Amino acid sequence: MRRGPPTIFVQERTYKRRRMADAARMLPILGVILFMIPLLWSDGETGPDSTRTAAVMIYLFVVWAALTGVAAVLSRRLGPEEDTPEDSATEEDAG
Amino acid sequence: MATLNVLVLVCLSYVALLFIVAFMADRAAKQGRARWLRSPVIYTLSLSIYCTAWTFYGAVGFAARSGLEFVTIYLGPSLVMIGWWWTLRKMVRVGRSQRITSIADLISSRFGKSNSLAVFVTVIAVIVLAPYIALQLQSVTLSFDTVASPDFIATKDASGQQATALWVAAGLAVFTILFGTRNVDANERHHGVVMAIAIEAVVKLIALLAVGVFVVWGLSGGVGATLDRIDASPIATWEVPGSRWVGLTLLSAAAFICLPRMFQVMVVESEHEDHLRMASWAFPAYLMAMSLFVVPIAVVGLDMLPADANPDLFVLTLPLMEGREGLAILSFLGGFSSATSMVIVAAIALSTMVSNHIVMPIWLRSTGGSAIISGDVRSVAMLARRLAIAVILFLGYLYLRLSGGGSALAAIGLISFVGAAQFLPALMGGLFWRGATRSGAMAGLGLGFVVWLYCLFLPSFGPSGILPQTVFENGLFGMSWLRPYALFGTEGMDPVMHAVLWSILLNAGSFILVSILSLPQPIERLQGAQFVNVFDHSSTPGGWSGGLAQSEDLMIMAQRIMGARDAQTLFAEEAQRQGLGGYLPEPSPDFLNRLERELSGSIGAAAAHAMISQIVGGATVSVQDLMAVADETAQIMEYSSRLEAKTDEQARTARQLREANEKLTQISVQKDAFLSQISHELRTPMTSIRSFSEILRDTDSLSGEERNKYASIIQEEATRLTRLLDDLLDLSVLENSQVVLNQQSGTLFDLLERAIAAADVTGKLRIHRKPEREKVMLNTDLDRLTQVFINLISNAGKYCESDTPELRIKAETRDGDLVVDFIDNGEGIPRNHQAVIFEKFARVGETKAGGAGLGLAICREVMGRLGGSISYVPGQAGAAFRVRVPMEAGQHVQAAQ
Repeated sequence: MRRGPPTIFVQERTYKRRRMADAARMLPILGVILFMIPLLWSDGETGPDSTRTAAVMIYLFVVWAALTGVAAVLSRRLGPEEDTPEDSATEEDAG
Repeated sequence: MATLNVLVLVCLSYVALLFIVAFMADRAAKQGRARWLRSPVIYTLSLSIYCTAWTFYGAVGFAARSGLEFVTIYLGPSLVMIGWWWTLRKMVRVGRSQRITSIADLISSRFGKSNSLAVFVTVIAVIVLAPYIALQLQSVTLSFDTVASPDFIATKDASGQQATALWVAAGLAVFTILFGTRNVDANERHHGVVMAIAIEAVVKLIALLAVGVFVVWGLSGGVGATLDRIDASPIATWEVPGSRWVGLTLLSAAAFICLPRMFQVMVVESEHEDHLRMASWAFPAYLMAMSLFVVPIAVVGLDMLPADANPDLFVLTLPLMEGREGLAILSFLGGFSSATSMVIVAAIALSTMVSNHIVMPIWLRSTGGSAIISGDVRSVAMLARRLAIAVILFLGYLYLRLSGGGSALAAIGLISFVGAAQFLPALMGGLFWRGATRSGAMAGLGLGFVVWLYCLFLPSFGPSGILPQTVFENGLFGMSWLRPYALFGTEGMDPVMHAVLWSILLNAGSFILVSILSLPQPIERLQGAQFVNVFDHSSTPGGWSGGLAQSEDLMIMAQRIMGARDAQTLFAEEAQRQGLGGYLPEPSPDFLNRLERELSGSIGAAAAHAMISQIVGGATVSVQDLMAVADETAQIMEYSSRLEAKTDEQARTARQLREANEKLTQISVQKDAFLSQISHELRTPMTSIRSFSEILRDTDSLSGEERNKYASIIQEEATRLTRLLDDLLDLSVLENSQVVLNQQSGTLFDLLERAIAAADVTGKLRIHRKPEREKVMLNTDLDRLTQVFINLISNAGKYCESDTPELRIKAETRDGDLVVDFIDNGEGIPRNHQAVIFEKFARVGETKAGGAGLGLAICREVMGRLGGSISYVPGQAGAAFRVRVPMEAGQHVQAAQ
């Protein structure tokens, strides 16, 4: 039943779900980038002008909370699989 | 003031509470009325065993020493959970569809169910986990000592600490044995344990948050004031080295996936794949909550506590110093539950691995493999697990003792993390790369493990611990590029990052290289395809399709594994449920699934599945089985194709026989017809001869003319008889090869002229010829050939039923033979007679021109003698005979001219 040529046009719901899966894949990459940004702030100096731990801490926790929130929204959208063929297709996309 | 006794009492009552929770959860699960036990919330909370005493105590110490760097340990797992769609979803699906019982099981299953690989992974896991267990022991020991000491600063008395550590280790071992191996008969999923660690997750979170709230709002005076304190603290500036920030994040992410206990709760205990969905955001939120107050606690601790206070214990010492005993007890319990939950799950995971991959194979082999004995495998498994737990905790204690026990908790934990991360290449390669092979996994794991041992584990025992000082300074065997902290000359690196870099690099590199170069076995390739393309293959593990299983065999096996009494009870129950008497139920799929679940608790899911499938057959077969089947099939196919060939041959023979039979029947009919004909043929002249000779004898008054007439009739009839007998004799001579050929030379033209003249058909038959084509020199028995021609021409004269009978004689050379066709314009020979006209006595129908039916038979014999042939050519205008004479000695006259 899953065999056969992949369809180009799928139902809008299916299409949306695939894009949600894409977003779920991209989210950790975004997270890595955001978590690495503080490294760009440290200029190696240890003087009073250098970046404050408190600021970085607040930044990290805000990003952390935001990622968690987005992940929660995405996971809700990626409910239990109802249409398997679509899923297998996205898996092929993932390689 | 809390005394040691109070603490012990608190611990014991807490443990008792856990026992009660676990017991109730198990009972609820058994009665199948505990849907909430399988909720995603419980799953998410059970993941919190990632947060061990390292998190509870060590994170604050880490933060006090290195600032925000501690948070990398929680960022990595958060990213992995958020990225569940990439990795964890696949891992859980594979785990469920392949009935994986541990990370060693997963890796060995992927690489061709190789037991040697499983043993290797198990051994590595046990060694890698020793520092981690030591960390838990150290933290519990320190917390005991701290609470018990008068000034709340942990005593630095090493011997006293070690005594406490030994007690703690022994206590934890007993607790884990009682708790973790209480019931081995459910399955690999431990509902009670999962429930208990979920409770512990809540306890440690509440404890840490409570201390945090107390510190921020109780001691510092609010958020703003706390931020000011951070700015004023020794860790006020953000100066984390980039390599450590990135490296530790990746390392913790890898360890989160690879640690055996994380694998246990994440994959093995997973009730439903869908639970990951909630955990994907809820677990990062949990980690965030756990990390939220770490920096404030560290800063306040650094500010308020004496300089010699151990920063790893700020969580405990701050409430104690402030006289908040209730909070201190809560904090202590939080630390205790962090340590115990980690030890329980890690020990269960490791002991399962040791039991399933090391002890059980050896035991099964030593007791004769599949020999049917009424032993109790379960008791062996239980004993193996209990011993494994004891050994694992003892190894942890040993590590603590040998390493001196003075290190920061985070530093010890990182050693284990790097060790566990060595599984990552094999694990990820196995899940995503079909080309990964067993040899590659072995090589990668081996090399990575050795590098980890040399660069991180052995040096962790101190400069003069296991590795002598000279090795640190000059490298192994005096080779400076082999210094443990500066491998290949990479000096000045952080030791942990140095070990991560080289071990993972060499591990992954050799894994990939050897995988590319080596050839996997068929079973590896099959498993590889099933793992990598798991979403195409299965949604859930396949059920049993029973019917083939022998209930009695199943019973024998179950008795052997579960013990006779339990097995009989189970079988009898099931039989009763099915409405049958006795002990043998029908092997229905439901029953087989239940039996497998029961067995898997004792010997591991994979082994149980294998054992049942061996008896049930069919449902799941190994590649070896498939290959054996394929071999047999190939043989059968070869055999059947040979049979087919034989059948064809027999069909051909049968057809030939049928034809021969038909011919024989026809010949027999012809013979009968001939006999009546020959008797008629013979009798007619004989009758004439007799009657005329009687007239001659008895009648005296015959005139000379009459006498003459009668005598000539007699003579004529006698000649006819002689001719007939001559023909018969001729044929018999020809058939018995007694004929002597008389080689002569002549042209076809002359031959035909003679034949036409002799056939005496002038006036009756018009003959068409092309004389120029007949100028062919022949060298053969011309008289015999002429005889054939005469026969054919006179036959045409006799049997051609046209009003104006014609005969065409066509001569040509073909393939070195002379071919002469005799075609008349009559009706030809009916199809059903064509096959027999050349037989002796064959006559087409009741012909009016009464021949004896020997002419064509003689012709055939003659042509056979001459090395040629005569055949009937169907489909011409009339009857057509083709005479083929070899021209070996013949010459074309025209060519000669």
